[in-house]
Amino acid sequence: MRATLVNQLRVLVPIKRTIDYAVKIRVASDGKGVDQNVKFSMNPFDEIAVEEAVRLKEKHKDDVTRITVVSAGPPKTADVLRTALAMGADDAIHVEIPDKALAGPLEPLGVSKILSEIVKKAGEEEEVGLVIMGKQAIDDDASQTGQMLAGLLNWPQATYASKLEFPGGKVEKGAEAQVTREIDGGLGIVKTKLPFVMTTDLRLNEPRYASLPNIMKAKKKPFKKYTLKELGLEDAVKPRHETIKVAEPPKREGGAKVADVAELVSKLKEAGRI
Amino acid sequence: MIAARCLPRPATRASTSSMISVAALPRRTFATSRVDLASTLLFLEHKKGVFNATSLAAVTAAQKLGGDIHGLVVAGEDAAEEVANKAAKISGLTKVLYSKHKDFASLLSEPVAPLIKSLVDSNNYTHVVTGHTAVGRDIFPRAAALLDSSQVSDIIDLEGEDVFVRPIYAGNAIATVKATDKVKVFTVRGTAFDAASTEGGSATVEEVAAPGAEALTDFIEEKVSESSRPDLATAPRVVSGGRALKSADNFVKYIEPLADALGAAVGASRAAVDAGYADNALQVGQTGKIIAPELYMAIGISGAIQHLAGMKDSKTIVAINKDADAPIFQVADLGLVADLYDAVPELLEKVKA
Repeated sequence: MRATLVNQLRVLVPIKRTIDYAVKIRVASDGKGVDQNVKFSMNPFDEIAVEEAVRLKEKHKDDVTRITVVSAGPPKTADVLRTALAMGADDAIHVEIPDKALAGPLEPLGVSKILSEIVKKAGEEEEVGLVIMGKQAIDDDASQTGQMLAGLLNWPQATYASKLEFPGGKVEKGAEAQVTREIDGGLGIVKTKLPFVMTTDLRLNEPRYASLPNIMKAKKKPFKKYTLKELGLEDAVKPRHETIKVAEPPKREGGAKVADVAELVSKLKEAGRI
Repeated sequence: MIAARCLPRPATRASTSSMISVAALPRRTFATSRVDLASTLLFLEHKKGVFNATSLAAVTAAQKLGGDIHGLVVAGEDAAEEVANKAAKISGLTKVLYSKHKDFASLLSEPVAPLIKSLVDSNNYTHVVTGHTAVGRDIFPRAAALLDSSQVSDIIDLEGEDVFVRPIYAGNAIATVKATDKVKVFTVRGTAFDAASTEGGSATVEEVAAPGAEALTDFIEEKVSESSRPDLATAPRVVSGGRALKSADNFVKYIEPLADALGAAVGASRAAVDAGYADNALQVGQTGKIIAPELYMAIGISGAIQHLAGMKDSKTIVAINKDADAPIFQVADLGLVADLYDAVPELLEKVKA
């Protein structure tokens, strides 16, 4: 049976299609980016976010009515949304931005504006009460979007989460959540109330693999598309950073080996390191 | 190292800057098209009045902009003024603004971000900066969104008042970007700049009101790893252990004594942390701490891209690994192919001798 309207909680999970974490990236010949002709997959921190949302729904069937995954990017972004649907998300929203539609990469500020609009759009069907997203994307390493979204919505934020608990046992609007955060030097525990934005750290969970039957089922799940124009955000997401160049990092001259511990110690002493 | 790869100034700005005598602006490291000087608000992170080393590195980075730098200190009612007076001694600051509120004590983003926004609005700062720490990463993007500014995260160099250099793809590429926002919001990688001195400064101190600091989140408690060893982020020497340690006991038995003998901090790879051999606060890498000590010893660590992202700017890297093909040897200045269970005790003996 469907939960009553008051208890409904829709979880929004923003995800990003990034170059696969295992790819050794190469700087593009034009010096303005990196070679894009490589394997892409879902940003690893976002997989953790999807997993956490699915676990939350599994644990609180009566409270969590829907998990919506959302992503902004070129047509191929649909692939990672399908993956998230196969992991257990219920429906997907793709904000399609044709390749080269923007004069540079979509920046976290632009994404947070898109997400803030999507929270409102999705709320027209069912109110979004929780946003779970990765703590950073492994391509731009910015670590900004979740915080920016929370700021734009004026919602609380719980960043770098390694544990999410609902002490009251209920997951509904106004329910109290306890989040353990990874901070410099250890852990910090905060309490906040739904709705809020949480960003995931690595240790939150171990994401599941999508099974073949679930991949097949995912193809039938609702999949909505928006354009920037439809969201009224064409100007708002224009890049504010101009990439002057992208270069290889300075190469280390590593590779020298020593024969034994004695040689290691004498070389370190010579170099004044010990 | 990074500076050597700096771009020459773009022509449009070079023509303007040639009209400004650099000598006439001794505190400015470069001239730009802006006629007015940069004016920077710098959020100073502190813990019980001890300033974070990364914040102090941000002072050095901000000095490259020229112009005035105002430090911002927030704390609980009882501590703020004292911390502000300490901050006034940090070399390079012209003014210290402080604000006190019970919700400031735990440095949560919800009350601090609006304070930053209101200070920028009332004082017309051109730049807002802090260290790229857990606290800086939490607060700054929220403040940037309130200011409608696209933040530049984790910069390792500045080439002008609006040109920033930062690593992307786990440090496998270095991007140089020009920020076009009116207010430039950026965070600084602590290991890329020297820390400013906490002595010798004589900034003025001024209290500012907390604009409706709203506690959307309650701070409950903090569980900090207690250690008598140097702080991992700033230690000159680090001894790190990986999966090959096989157990938490071995970590204590092999890594810690060597670290202590060298006066080093202890680090760990993600594999060692996930396996429970070491506390996650010790993790070095893209998702953990990014460090650049004088000496980094990687023991039983293969050297995955994500780990290298956290330590490859170390001055000297030593690797001890059984596997001669481990990627760590490609970046190690001194590599020893050996079983760590033989090599580490021998090394410890020779270091102590």
